[in-house]
Amino acid sequence: MTKEETQEQPFTIDQFYSFCEKGKLMASKCRDCGKTILPPRPLCPHCYSDNLEWTELKGEGTIVTYTAIHVAPPEFEDLVPYIIGVVKLDEGLPFIGMIKTDNFDEVKVGTRVSIACEVGKKETWPSRPRIVFNIIS
Amino acid sequence: MAGKPIATIVSAGMSKFGRREGFYWRELFLEAFKEALERCPTLDPKTDIKATFLGMMSEGFERQGHAGATANTWAGLLPKAAIRTEAACASAGAAIRFGVATIAAGFYDIVLAGGAEKMTNLSTPEATELINTADDFHFDQWSGLTFPGFFALMAAAHMHKYKTTEEDLARISVKSHRSGVLNPKAHFRKLITLEKALGSPVVSWPLKLYDCCPITDGSALLIITKPEIARRFTDTPIDIIGQGFACDSILAFEKDYETVTFRANVEAGREAYATANIEPKDVDVAEVHDCFTISELMAYEDLGFCEKGEGAALIREGVVELGGKKPVNPSGGLKCKGHPVGATGAAQLYEIYLQLIGQADGRQVSGAEVGLAHNLGGPGASSVVTICKRGD
Repeated sequence: MTKEETQEQPFTIDQFYSFCEKGKLMASKCRDCGKTILPPRPLCPHCYSDNLEWTELKGEGTIVTYTAIHVAPPEFEDLVPYIIGVVKLDEGLPFIGMIKTDNFDEVKVGTRVSIACEVGKKETWPSRPRIVFNIIS
Repeated sequence: MAGKPIATIVSAGMSKFGRREGFYWRELFLEAFKEALERCPTLDPKTDIKATFLGMMSEGFERQGHAGATANTWAGLLPKAAIRTEAACASAGAAIRFGVATIAAGFYDIVLAGGAEKMTNLSTPEATELINTADDFHFDQWSGLTFPGFFALMAAAHMHKYKTTEEDLARISVKSHRSGVLNPKAHFRKLITLEKALGSPVVSWPLKLYDCCPITDGSALLIITKPEIARRFTDTPIDIIGQGFACDSILAFEKDYETVTFRANVEAGREAYATANIEPKDVDVAEVHDCFTISELMAYEDLGFCEKGEGAALIREGVVELGGKKPVNPSGGLKCKGHPVGATGAAQLYEIYLQLIGQADGRQVSGAEVGLAHNLGGPGASSVVTICKRGD
């Protein structure tokens, strides 16, 4: 996708995940008030402008809080216990994802992580990847 | 001086909460309705009640949507208007809020407001999946976050920031069980020890089974009138003198983990205290939304019963116990009374109503004149705070 084509894509959840599939963490940025919006949406919640552009985030940040989930929905049952963390990205925006690790002891408030995507099942809605975080060693 | 009444509760009713096998929500709704009518013999429901506002979280539990018309059909209230409100676990709080708003606007003079939910005819995993829909789907649920998981994120942040312990949270559960024993309509009525709570299976660290409220069937209702006509129906009117309703982001990751606050609580509390023209110290008894123990602890702080970060001290020092300086959840809370999601906000006000008319029996807070109910929906995303005062 060229830079121009990227900017022509709608500021939707599906488009956000299709960028993720290509390894890009993309947010919308308001050209009027300058704020970066994650997850992206087609109308700026700060100034209500629709004059937006896509901007790529580095995808690195630090863990703000986390939990180890022992009782999970059916689609995650085979993973328990697993860790879900809230991460403050270096750009200042928060995001959420599973923290991939075999060693729970290395998960702490302040641990550095980087984002990755796990491509999910294709046959059912929603066909999209899941966001995960890997610990930066 | 406390603010003027916005509307007045003239009667209330609540079904027995619990696993009510063989009863659907409309039948539990009638159980609550019958009690409300019995407490108010001068009310002619067919002519006096002008509209029904019924909180319900999900039609999925019983495959029954269109709850407003269903309720009025069963209650013999046709052709009066009826509507369902949905704000996740704050659905009944929202129903009461908008019932009160129509009275304050002068549109209706008498309304029936409350909620109902039938949850136990689904398996626990199926019910849990429906409850999860109160969280954002596309990012939070999609990442593997669960409903208890969200509150666990808050609990972990609180423990990290303020040195609150798992034992502090367990103490809240033990307190709820002590009160639940005294409430004949509660789902759970047995004492537990701190060791039992701390030793229960982990659901989502740091929250364990005994930090979580149960899946419950039930209904609770209020009959609310404009203040000027309340005395026609009761000698013990309970005035709603303040109310606040606020929302915060549906996204779990956009919460305030820095100060570990539910902004919606703070906003709803601010609005409620301002309209009531009282301060947190003036509240004699409170029912707060303890879907998880951490939620109760955060409510102490967010609603100003103590400073931010000092919630654990209130439970350690017994301030929030029955008999303490600021009794919280004398009903047993969601933890023991049970949490039929869409009915909870009304069940909290049912307890406040009983406390303020002096009919809470073994769990009566002596001399209670001002009561507060706090109803939280989803990931701290909807919060309704209602302040009541014994009528003059």
